[in-house]
Amino acid sequence: MNAPLNTEQWLRVCAVTDIPVLGSRVVERDAGNIAVFRTATDNVFALLDRCPHKAGPLSQGIVHGETVTCPLHSWNIDLSSGEARAPDVGCARRFPAKVENGDVYLALG
Amino acid sequence: MKKPKLVVVGNGMAGIRTVEELLTLAPDLYEITVLGAEPYPNYNRILLSPVLAGEQEFKDIVLNPLSWYEENGIRLHLGKSVARIDRHRRTVVADDGTEEPYDRLLLATGSMPFILPVPGKDLKGVISYRDIYDTETMIATAKAKKHAVVIGGGLLGLEAANGLKIRGMDVTVVHLGEWLLDKQLDVTAGQLLQTSLEERGLTFLLQKQTAELVGNDAGEVTAVRFKDGDEVAADLVVMAVGIRPNTALAESAGLHCNRGIVVSDALQTFDPRIYAVGECVSHRGVAYGLVAPLFEQAKVCANHLAQLGIGQYKGSLLSTKLKVTGIDLFSAGDFMGGEGTEDIVLSDPAGGVYKKLVIKDDQLVGACLYGDTADGAWYFKLLREGRKIADLRDHIMFGESAIGDAGVQGQSRAGAMQDSDEVCGCNGVCKGSIVKAIKDKGLFTVDDVKKHTKAASSCGSCTGLVEQILMNTLGSSFQETPKTKAVCGCTDHNHGEVRKAIREHHLTSHKAVYDFLEWRTPNGCATCRPAVNYYLISTWPKEAVDDPQSRFVNERVHANIQKDGTFSVIPQMKGGVTNASELRRIADVADKYHVPMVKVTGGQRIDLLGVKKEDLVSVWKDLGMQSGHAYGKSIRTVKTCVGSEFCRFGTQNSTQMGIDLETMLANMWSPHKVKLAVSGCPRNCAESGIKDVGVIAVDSGWELYVGGNGGIKTEVAQFLCKVKTSDEVKEYSGAFLQLYREEAYYLDRTVHYIARVGLDYIKQRVVDDAANRKALYERLLYSLEGLPDPWAARIAGAQKNEYIPIKLVTAGEPA
Repeated sequence: MNAPLNTEQWLRVCAVTDIPVLGSRVVERDAGNIAVFRTATDNVFALLDRCPHKAGPLSQGIVHGETVTCPLHSWNIDLSSGEARAPDVGCARRFPAKVENGDVYLALG
Repeated sequence: MKKPKLVVVGNGMAGIRTVEELLTLAPDLYEITVLGAEPYPNYNRILLSPVLAGEQEFKDIVLNPLSWYEENGIRLHLGKSVARIDRHRRTVVADDGTEEPYDRLLLATGSMPFILPVPGKDLKGVISYRDIYDTETMIATAKAKKHAVVIGGGLLGLEAANGLKIRGMDVTVVHLGEWLLDKQLDVTAGQLLQTSLEERGLTFLLQKQTAELVGNDAGEVTAVRFKDGDEVAADLVVMAVGIRPNTALAESAGLHCNRGIVVSDALQTFDPRIYAVGECVSHRGVAYGLVAPLFEQAKVCANHLAQLGIGQYKGSLLSTKLKVTGIDLFSAGDFMGGEGTEDIVLSDPAGGVYKKLVIKDDQLVGACLYGDTADGAWYFKLLREGRKIADLRDHIMFGESAIGDAGVQGQSRAGAMQDSDEVCGCNGVCKGSIVKAIKDKGLFTVDDVKKHTKAASSCGSCTGLVEQILMNTLGSSFQETPKTKAVCGCTDHNHGEVRKAIREHHLTSHKAVYDFLEWRTPNGCATCRPAVNYYLISTWPKEAVDDPQSRFVNERVHANIQKDGTFSVIPQMKGGVTNASELRRIADVADKYHVPMVKVTGGQRIDLLGVKKEDLVSVWKDLGMQSGHAYGKSIRTVKTCVGSEFCRFGTQNSTQMGIDLETMLANMWSPHKVKLAVSGCPRNCAESGIKDVGVIAVDSGWELYVGGNGGIKTEVAQFLCKVKTSDEVKEYSGAFLQLYREEAYYLDRTVHYIARVGLDYIKQRVVDDAANRKALYERLLYSLEGLPDPWAARIAGAQKNEYIPIKLVTAGEPA
């Protein structure tokens, strides 16, 4: 479950071209790093960089469609919801993300 | 927009499995309606025998509870038989008048038990063994009556007889054939089976033909009379003499039937809007009565219903297992043998063990096992793969455990294991949880078990054991899925087909491959992308562009990810030789970056563990050494001994040979990791016997060994040839590795590749054919030429963003 977030406070993190297509970048944060993913269609998603399984860094996984595969034990995590794909069960925290004029914004609440 | 309507006639395993497959492919495509003649939701028909034997209850074998239909928005009509199909108006009409229009119709009407056309067949107490109703009738009769006669000594008949015996009846099995299970066993195994069933109290009448069922005035059966005049008392007669595809409905609708509803490889009937799956169909002239082929059909049919149109069903290879607790038998393929086949037989009648393997043209074509079936799954695998068995022939009879060692001894123990025994050492999964998942979740394949339990999903060494547990749990219904396995769920093509397409159609990018082969996903998945990437760059060196995003993190980052997200750094140390200056720099780096552990690896290298990702580039720079490639499906290390330079036994300069090989192979990507070793004498201190390429110096030259492996399953390398000079060592081993790079499937080690094509083929291409060897060697050198050291490239600035995290500016700025 995601707590309600204050989406008024959009924070620019980088240009969308700073993230490789079907790749990710790590945004450092004291309360836990955030993985920002870019899909083939230039959609951008942000998840806490911790797999719900054994805390693997999702940012290091392979991105396909709107899914990332964790590099440690290959759990598949849905980028838009943060939910693990069946049959695995678990959820990575999701942060609102958007692209405007080629820049990536996150709402960290 | 209104959804098209899919109507499914038949609420059994084949029909519902097709719906399940369809829902995963295209969840919202159709409005689905299911009509079933029985008043129950879909249950696991193959587990009726354990229900009859009192080992399970009906509720345990329900596969899809009513809630499943509801959750998936499926309209379900239970207890309604479909009376006719109106193909012009495209509706089906049930016997109670219910009418359902369809855009696509799926027939899964299953089969009917064959009832012998003898007088008295309609008497009370004469039943077949087909559904839960029959099973309940048998259970109820066993409580009140004494004498049961089962007609038919096949799988179903024996399972029924065994269940009735356990339920307390006196059971006689009548069989027309010369021995029991004459379709599944040869005569010796059949007789062994009969002996052990007789010990359990069953009576057998073989080569007896039923003439008549005798009844009393109340219309109840009292005896079975045979052609030879003999009679045997019977309060219950179970007919288990075979099944007939249930084609009445299809025939009345004018669909072409010939001992089954005739379907194409797409499971389509002669009416393109109507599909059919399961026991009711006849595919390439064969009607199947076991569950695994039905599931293969379901998968293909769902693919076409989902309008993907790329699945093809090519028929199934069958194996058999009897679900009678305590009796182990297994058969597959052409176990009878005949013209042009050879048998290997092990027979120990007193010990109750009999094994027969049938071999033709150096391939296993059939197996019949009784008493000890632990290796059934393995034989079946050899059979399906059709691999050459010359190298196994000496000990094939003694099973897989006689061939491997470390970690696979468990192979022969599946049946005897306790529920609490661990099966998968990687993920800590015990037998009990696997059995529970198979039963509760209705799993049928190793892949299902992997997904749900994680067993066999890491190193894979317990796959055989999992396969066996599936067999033991599911009995005759188990079969491993397709003979040629698709790369992953994104496609139906297998590795060989993908590779061939890339070569023959000159495909040089991921997009070209996915478009050309009609991938189901826009950009693949974590399984197929690395494989496709490898096939592209190995087939079209200098032309196809290596895609870092299609590589596993280790190969993208050029370091090994650890469980806490840090990385390990192993610098190149050719042949395991280093010097004081390098060691000093390694020590300085360890201090400067607070490296928590410095360790010597199994491949004679030094490993710096626990380096943060953002430090990697500066660590490499400070080391001033090249990448040791310890992280990739690539050349790893060439291990050496000190050889003739120092060792008093050394016959050649093995250290320099190792350094030369490592220099030649630097930056080589391969289907899986590749390890080499060079030993200076046959004492073999560098352990060349368990390397992908092992070189052993002898006084007169060098011996080359290939296909060794010290990993999950230790494999001893096989002798390839002997050469004289060190240039020849490079040419022969380079040619072998290039052959492997060009032909092996992704993630196959050299041992798997050689097992697939045979060592003779390798010798022929690399040793006997000098021109081909030179061509291979040149292609290897060409594809390696000019490849940069990946660490140097990154120190120079390549893929900079990969290593640098984004720092957050504390004050937010409004969008």
